Amino acid sequence: MPRARTTPAARPAQSTSLLVATRKGLWRLASDPSRRSWKTVGPAFLGHIVHHAVADPRDGRTILAAARTGHLGPTVFRSADRGKTWSEAAQPPAFKPASGRSVDHTFWLTPGHASQPGVWYAGTSPQGLFRSEDSGATWVGVDGFNEHPQRKAWCGGDQDGTPDGGKLHSILVDPRDAAHLVIGMSSGGVFESHDAGGSWRPLNRGVRAEFLPDPNPEFGHDPHCLRFAGGNPDRIWQQNHCGIYRLDRPGDAWVDVSGAMPKSVGFVGFPIVAHPRDPDTAWVFPMDGTDVWPRVSPGGRPAAYRTRDAGATWRRQDAGLPESQAWWTVKRQAMSADARDPVGLYFGTTSGEVWASRDEGRTWRCIARHLPHIYAIEAG
Amino acid sequence: MASESSEAAAIVRVRIPSPLRSYTDGEAEVAVAVPVLAPELPPALASVLAALERRYRGIRFRIVDEQGRMRPHVKVFVGADAVRDLATPVPAGEDVMIVAALSGG
Repeated sequence: MPRARTTPAARPAQSTSLLVATRKGLWRLASDPSRRSWKTVGPAFLGHIVHHAVADPRDGRTILAAARTGHLGPTVFRSADRGKTWSEAAQPPAFKPASGRSVDHTFWLTPGHASQPGVWYAGTSPQGLFRSEDSGATWVGVDGFNEHPQRKAWCGGDQDGTPDGGKLHSILVDPRDAAHLVIGMSSGGVFESHDAGGSWRPLNRGVRAEFLPDPNPEFGHDPHCLRFAGGNPDRIWQQNHCGIYRLDRPGDAWVDVSGAMPKSVGFVGFPIVAHPRDPDTAWVFPMDGTDVWPRVSPGGRPAAYRTRDAGATWRRQDAGLPESQAWWTVKRQAMSADARDPVGLYFGTTSGEVWASRDEGRTWRCIARHLPHIYAIEAG
Repeated sequence: MASESSEAAAIVRVRIPSPLRSYTDGEAEVAVAVPVLAPELPPALASVLAALERRYRGIRFRIVDEQGRMRPHVKVFVGADAVRDLATPVPAGEDVMIVAALSGG
């Protein structure tokens, strides 16, 4: 069966903008058309924990930011003028009173399908899925997931998650079909819906879960990040707790593509980034998943790894990055690609640095430092 | 200090911590009118927070979660007593003070 491909043209030269969500607020980095010179703008929401901030590619002006503070409850802020002014959601994501559950924070934001302007999805901690039909002003739970009788079996109880709480993340909306959704949960695994969230089925075949008594369960896995391959939504990339995987539809078994990663580096990381046009190209940013899981750059030597052959081989890309004693981490939302040619890559660190490559990872340059702990970067 | 008044209502003074003053136009103290059923029945803390929410939309959800539980790092005093039960009565003349405990770094 031929793979359906869509190959969007490279975006012509223009300024690139990065939304940098941090533990202490939201910043924006704006480039000149060459992407050599960068200006740091902000902060907005200084002192708020901003887990994710995303611009709406459908209208070019809406931005949503998921925020809370260390003491106050979670909310979503919205801007309709590219971040100049903000207003708070009238009804932020919240579980139903009868559920007994409460949202600790909104962790992930995804704009809906191109044919549904104003529709957004939000993933929360603990694991919950929410939808807005008014550009983030009001949010309603996706009952097909939040009220699913198996949800607790899939994710465990709300107290069973990682120290910062279980998370629903990586909400993927198929560009060919607004009703086709894929989500990842840490923990819980990957799940898929073909009816806009009305019903769900696990999509974890072939993925290991070495931390469970049955290492090949139907669900309960720990995906860290999922992305559609650029130009081919029949392919999904997954950076998992237990490896790097690729899924080619209509198949439903993931292929472990971490075998060619160097043993000294391993296959654990948080983010995975797809090339916007080449479905065989993706990048990961490994971290130390040995022993007590330090979750820092292996050996204190950070590097991206790139595949150009669908995961058969991986090439280290560290030119310009610190060569030793760099112990930061890149979180799952903190690495992003623009749509230019050559592709620009960007990542943010837990130590508050933003690094950029304007040549698809061959060379790197620090474009901002001294920011707070970075949770997310979105290039637009 | 901002204030509002209403018939058949108790006027309750609420002290607002700085993290929540973006909702109160920077006011550190506000007075809200809380409906009462009878003069001898003091309103519950829940009614005070509901009155606060009517006037400052969104503020309650930052203090209380969707299950009616006070958020972990928020403290509320009725008079001198720290309380976590929203059914706590707020006697006439007592202030409500909301404190956001700074946590971590």
